[in-house]
Amino acid sequence: MSGPGQRASAWEAQLTGFLTLFYKEFLRFWKVSFQTVAAPVLTALLYLLIFGHVLDEHVTVHGVRYTSFLIPGLVMMQVLQNAFANSSSSLIQAKITGSIVFVLLPPISYGAFFLAYVLAAMVRGLLVGVGVLLATVWFAELRVEAPLWILAFSLFGGALFGALGMIAGIWSEKFDQLAAFQNFLIMPLTMLSGVFYSIYTLPSFWQGLSHYNPVFYLIDGFRYGFFGVSDMAPQYSLAVVVACFAAVAALTLNLLKRGWKLRA
Amino acid sequence: MVAAVSIVDVVKHFGALQALAGVSLEIAEGEFFGLLGPNGAGKTTLISSLAGLVRPDSGMLKVLGHDVVRDFREARRSLGVVPQELVFDPFFNVRETLRIQSGYFGIRKNDDWIDEILENLDLTGKADVNMRRLSGGMKRRVLVAQALVHKPPVIVLDEPTAGVDVELRQGLWQFIRRLNGEGHTIILTTHYLEEAEALCNRIALMKQGRVVALDTTANLMAAHPGASLEEVFVRTLQQ
Repeated sequence: MSGPGQRASAWEAQLTGFLTLFYKEFLRFWKVSFQTVAAPVLTALLYLLIFGHVLDEHVTVHGVRYTSFLIPGLVMMQVLQNAFANSSSSLIQAKITGSIVFVLLPPISYGAFFLAYVLAAMVRGLLVGVGVLLATVWFAELRVEAPLWILAFSLFGGALFGALGMIAGIWSEKFDQLAAFQNFLIMPLTMLSGVFYSIYTLPSFWQGLSHYNPVFYLIDGFRYGFFGVSDMAPQYSLAVVVACFAAVAALTLNLLKRGWKLRA
Repeated sequence: MVAAVSIVDVVKHFGALQALAGVSLEIAEGEFFGLLGPNGAGKTTLISSLAGLVRPDSGMLKVLGHDVVRDFREARRSLGVVPQELVFDPFFNVRETLRIQSGYFGIRKNDDWIDEILENLDLTGKADVNMRRLSGGMKRRVLVAQALVHKPPVIVLDEPTAGVDVELRQGLWQFIRRLNGEGHTIILTTHYLEEAEALCNRIALMKQGRVVALDTTANLMAAHPGASLEEVFVRTLQQ
């Protein structure tokens, strides 16, 4: 009887385990890409058509017409929401169906586990983001002033929300708990972050409160990459985002290391 | 000689419930070992502790000398577990499922071995069928295949024939016997006591988180002349 194929060194085995888990997570959403990629692109397009049609003639922000101003916000909102949805839905589904054992039984380290889920979440978020950009760019004039800022904020945004999705997926024991996390935390954070407006159009109390919302910095910095103007300096925004990611990543890694709600 | 499985004084509570009350057990390499007991005896908790799915409150578990906590990578690489629940990932077909499982264990290009497992478990014709479309018995076979995909030296089968037809059961045991003959250690939990009697060299009976009997199948039977294993099982548990 033949044995299993190429057995690798410990390091190679870890790398193969990580790449396989990433590939599995990628395939999981790619096989249903009509639902996981195309649908959010359509949602963003509808937002643009409705809000753009109503407000484009009347509103400019930072000297930019409203429809143009709206597009980067919608792109980032979909990057974040889809990165979150990917890791959270994968984990809760695996926990509820019991198929989580297939990734808990093998010798995959908690670090590789974290990286694979976050990376797959980022890929889905970025694919949706590119899709939204391609679908909406025809409706307004869009400049690209600083592409590296666009890249930095989209990568860290996807990573931050991918990691948050992991926490939500690990914590939730039922789909409605995950829905509560999504509807009462993620949605308000993204919708009240300046996707549809500049926070300087808000009363001072709400302006002040917005500065405690990390998504505000993500959207504002991302928008800077397109127009070269923003409410906050992009360096400051990126520092806030990186700090938030570091904190969420540390928490997620700690939960995985302890096997919290994964290993009894 | 290193034991295939070494379990020393393992205790596990789930809240107020004591699932394992100081279990100690040693299983030699190459054994076909039966772990029997009524529902709630702690068999699955013990197996899950061995597999790293459950973290015991105290005690120590080793697979081929590798501590399941400190040296978890080697311990898990040495162990293949067929879970009791009929679980599957609905996104993939049978071959994808097995390739993915190989990759988790760090094995690439494993198709020759995967083909051999598929053939032995009579799954070759279902290789490209999505897991959702398989019958319960077929899904059970895939679970067995997933546990064998990295060819582990120690194989744990937690009720592998529950809900499985006679034909598959016989085919499965033929395959597992062959693996045992090639040196793989087999640990089996089952409610089919005639299977345990026919297959296992040694048996542990568990009750309320404790091992209440541990001996060779022959010795257990000899202690109750004329009795079947089922009768031995019932008498031992009543004591």
